[in-house]
Formats: sequence, C-alpha cells, structure tokens
Amino acid sequence: MSQLLSVRDLRVHFPTGRGGTIHAVDGVSFDIPRGQTLGIVGESGSGKTTTALAVMRLAPITSGKIDLDGIPISRIEGQELRRARPRFQMVFQDPFSSLNPRDRVGRIIRQPMDLLGLLQPPQRDARVEELLAQVGLRPELKSLYPHQFSGGQRQRIGLARALATKPDLIVFDEPVSALDVAVQAQVLNLIRRLQRETGLTYLFISHDLGVVRHVCDEIAVMYLGRIVEKASAARIFASPRHPYTQALIAAAPSLAPEHRRRGGGARLQGDPPSPVNLPPGCPFASRCPIAVNDCRSRIPTLRELAPGQAVACHLA
Amino acid sequence: MTEPVLDIRNLKVDFVTRRGVAHVLDDVSFSVAAGELLAIVGESGCGKSMTALSILGLIPSPPGRIVGGSILFQGRDLTRLRQSELRRIRGGDIAMIFQEPMTSLNPVFTCGEQIAEAVRLHQKVSPRAALARAVEMLRAVGIPEPELRARAYPHQLSGGMRQRVMIAMALSCEPRLLIADEPTTALDVTVQAQIFALLDELRQKTGTAIILITHDMGAVAEMADKVAVMYAGRIIERGPADAVLDNPGHPYTRGLLASIPRIDADPDADLPEIPGIVPALTDLGRGCAFAPRCALAVPACNAAQPHHVAMSRDHSAACIRLQANEVSA
Repeated sequence: MSQLLSVRDLRVHFPTGRGGTIHAVDGVSFDIPRGQTLGIVGESGSGKTTTALAVMRLAPITSGKIDLDGIPISRIEGQELRRARPRFQMVFQDPFSSLNPRDRVGRIIRQPMDLLGLLQPPQRDARVEELLAQVGLRPELKSLYPHQFSGGQRQRIGLARALATKPDLIVFDEPVSALDVAVQAQVLNLIRRLQRETGLTYLFISHDLGVVRHVCDEIAVMYLGRIVEKASAARIFASPRHPYTQALIAAAPSLAPEHRRRGGGARLQGDPPSPVNLPPGCPFASRCPIAVNDCRSRIPTLRELAPGQAVACHLA
Repeated sequence: MTEPVLDIRNLKVDFVTRRGVAHVLDDVSFSVAAGELLAIVGESGCGKSMTALSILGLIPSPPGRIVGGSILFQGRDLTRLRQSELRRIRGGDIAMIFQEPMTSLNPVFTCGEQIAEAVRLHQKVSPRAALARAVEMLRAVGIPEPELRARAYPHQLSGGMRQRVMIAMALSCEPRLLIADEPTTALDVTVQAQIFALLDELRQKTGTAIILITHDMGAVAEMADKVAVMYAGRIIERGPADAVLDNPGHPYTRGLLASIPRIDADPDADLPEIPGIVPALTDLGRGCAFAPRCALAVPACNAAQPHHVAMSRDHSAACIRLQANEVSA
C-alpha cells in the first residue's frame, strides 16, 4: 500500500526560558496509507496536538522527517511550502475561535483559494457553494456570519474551508470534543462520508477512545511525547498490550453493564510527570502498576509484538 | 424509605429576554435521598446547570426568576428563604463543585487558606483549627503531602489536584447534599476515573447525597443510581440508571444513547444521528419540544405537553407515543 504521509523520528522540543527543555514530541514515527485514517490518542501533555501541528508545519520541527506523497514537507520553506499547502489542511478543535467572527462564511471558505491562487477568481464562488453543499449546509448560508451558526454547523464550515484546496490529507485536532453528543454523531458521520466519497487521508487527534474507534483504521497511543503502542483499531481494543493503553481503555466511561456504578474504574494513580525534565527510563514508569527496576533506567523502544501491533514496553 | 434530602416539585424558572420569556425550567420534579447519586443528563442549554443554580439560590436575577414550584431541602422550602438564610446553607449543608477548578479557586490565596475560610464561615472554630481541618480534608481526598499542598497556590497544582481541592473544600463542612456540575469535563480520562472513585467513596462513607450534572452517558453509567434526562428545560425521562440506560422510553433518550460512539460497537456502521439542533427556549410551541426532531412524531405531539407515563416502578418518560403504546424497541 502506498503511504501518503510518512513521519520519521519527529522531535519537537521547546525551550522553557529557565534553561530547561520541553520534550513535547520525542521521536515519533508513523505512516498513513492513502485513503486511511490514523488516530492519535493520549491525555493532555502527551504531544498529540503538537505532532499534528508539526505535520501542518505550524510547530517548529527540532528534528525528523515528514514526507507527504514524496514532498519533504519538513524541509521545504517559503514559496515551496506555500505551493505544497493546498495538499494538507487542518480542522481545529474550537468551532468558535477558529472562524473569523468578522468574515461572512462565504469569504471564510473562499480565503484558502484566494491566498493560494487556486481556480480562476470567478469560479471560486461557485466552488464555495459546492463545498457548502458537500458538508450539508445550504449554499445561501454563505452570506451569514459564524455567530449565526450552531457549534456543529460551524465545524461543518471549518471542514468546508479545509476541503477548499482539494487536499490529500486533512489533520483533525479534536474536531468533535466541543460538540454535544447528538451533534457529534452528525459531524463524525460527515467526516467518514467525505472520506468514502473522495478518498481523503486523515490524521485524527482525539482523547476520546469511542470516537477514534469509530473513525480510525489504525491507532497510535501517545504518552509524554512518545508513541507507546500502535495497532489497528480492532486489535488495540481487543488486545491492548501496553499497561497505559490498558488503563486508558479501562478508564473510558462506558455504558456496558460491567461498568455500572463501579465508580470510575481507576487503575492509575497520580498525573503524568512534567515533560520538562523527563525521568530516565520509561516515561510511564512512575504511574505504571507493573513497573520493575529496569523500567526506571532503560527507555523501551517500540517493537512489533504481533503483525501490525507495536508496543514500547519491556514487559509486554 | 427514608425521607429524601432534597425534594424538588414542579419547579419553574423563567428568564425575561429581549426575544420574550424563556421557560428555562418547566415543571421540574425529582428527589435525592441520603447516600444516593442522581445524575441529571442532557445537552448544552437543556437546563441542567440552571437546576443546580436554582437549588442554591444563585439564578442571576434579573433576568431569571423562580415562578413556581418548591425546593424542599430537609423539609424547608429553599425558594422561600431570605438570602441571608440561604448563605448559611450554601457551602454548609449544600455544597457545589464546578467544571473548571482553575477559575473557581482564588489564585491569590493558598489552597489551605481557601478551605479554612469555608470552614470558618460555617463553623465556630479558631483559624488554627480551621487550617488543621483543611489539611485533614486534603488528606481525605487523596492529596499526597497535604501539609505541603495546603501552602500551595492553585496554579502550582495540576487540574486533577485542583479538582480534589475543590472537593475537599466542598466536603469540609460535611454537606448533606453535594452538587457536582460537570466535575470531570476538563480532566483527562484517567484522572476522571480517580475523581469518580473519590466521589463514590465519599458518599458511601459520609452518606452525602450527590447530584451529578453531566452530558456524558458514560459517566451516568459509571456513577448513577438514578437518572433524570432533560430536554429544553423539562425532565423528559427519569428512573433507575439501569432501567433508563437499558430500556429507554423517550425517543430523545434513545437517540442520545444510540449516538454515542462506543468502543464495543460496529465501527463500520454510521452512528445514528438525532437530526437538527436543540430549539431556542424562547420559541417553544405548545407541544413536545422534541417533536420537530423526532422520527416518531405525529400531529398530536404538537398539541400539548406530554405527561410522564410510567414504564415500570420509578421509571417514566414524557412521550404520548408511549401512552398509545406504539413505541417499541
């Protein structure tokens, strides 16, 4: 299968201003085949959003390689990067702050075409109407402002804007976490339908395991800047191998009868350690229920335990 | 059955807005007993947080006003109390924790000082004893090194720790009723599980009644004895958690449950959607507020408010199709 996106040993480090370094993303590698969806799940501070931003070239890349269909997007700059921009676009988490409140919706969706010089100017308005229809909004709504729409409709507008450049890859950062569950279902179904119809490739960031189960082919679990487990969606839920993945799945609230009134299902104590001065060894060792001495001194590397399932744990 | 700690009957709250009068709460009734956990669940704007604020007498007024019904707390009607009397109850016998622990804690006082302040507002104790009580409460909610944390400012703690401080403060005066408004929405799932475990342990130990306000049906399943589902200011279904989750009666409850992406569901099937959006509270018709989005709606749904129909003991839903016995699984 041809890989549309290929990320190798990506690192994004930020200086703290006090001489320390935040290891936001610390050696992440993955591929996404054309037409498929990779989900990245993790808790706050895991580096999942920074990974998405680095792929979008919106966060400074410390080292590593990102290739999109043969274009070395981690290394190009200026005009060259601009020419590549139409091929990868992003949908943001917050449907309120990611749309300019002073622009009419038609202009918001048209802007990527204007800025990147796509289509002849007279054709752009027709394309805007086409895009609105594609995301399930009536074309005449283009003359309204963002505040006149509900959260779900606004997320559809964000999606139309991302589709405006006819991208190959769309990066979603928590696209439904600000939405109510009934509306969330509408948007998730739309995201899936667009992929079926147009063969888009998705990188999908979320903290919600139910959501990634529903939209992703493959899932990578991140913890403190590293991928600790990666497998097909079916496999990772059926047989998670990393203790963190197991704890995450156990803690996810569920309607299943065995979850009734169990008061949370907490398996982990404490919070993730600070990404500023990482402890030596496995980043998860401080919270891991099965950690041994070796875990605190040696960093486990991601290794394939079963076909298509890789785990970074000495004990897996 | 012991007398409920809180018994709300036919509560009505109106907001006067430029677009007309909004019936923010309409005929809301429920009760909670000691040691019981009631979840109030619904989407944004359904009135769940407004219900909590009306119990505490914290509805912004104007524009809001309680126009009918009663809120009986340990036999006293809170809607008839003066603000000074309510102040004694708030933070004392009834405590509340909020969604965002960062904005609900004061950034310029230490966590210990803030808990001690709450204690001294309700109990006649010395400052030193109040501080000792604060440390004891921090220990009780599972904060490591409580003496040290009592001297920490909110920004020095993680989100999960801050929510524990809020819980410690809420519980410091041994409330009979704790209202938790989306207490884990801002937290990671593994930390949410810890907070849930803590709330569960505390209510078993102290017999505090808890009202958990949430949009998350998963949280309901994990925590609740009873559920009230709200839509457009009304309770449209109520009952024991198992009954509501396994055998939902109202089409809205069914839609809400079906639209949740589940780990154990068929990932290839589309999620069932509830079409449309929640209506504005200022232009509700005479009939069922859900009718415009309901696949089962008939003309009669728009004629009058549906009454609650009993489905089993303690389980009821407000849907006329249920009355006609035409709603089937």
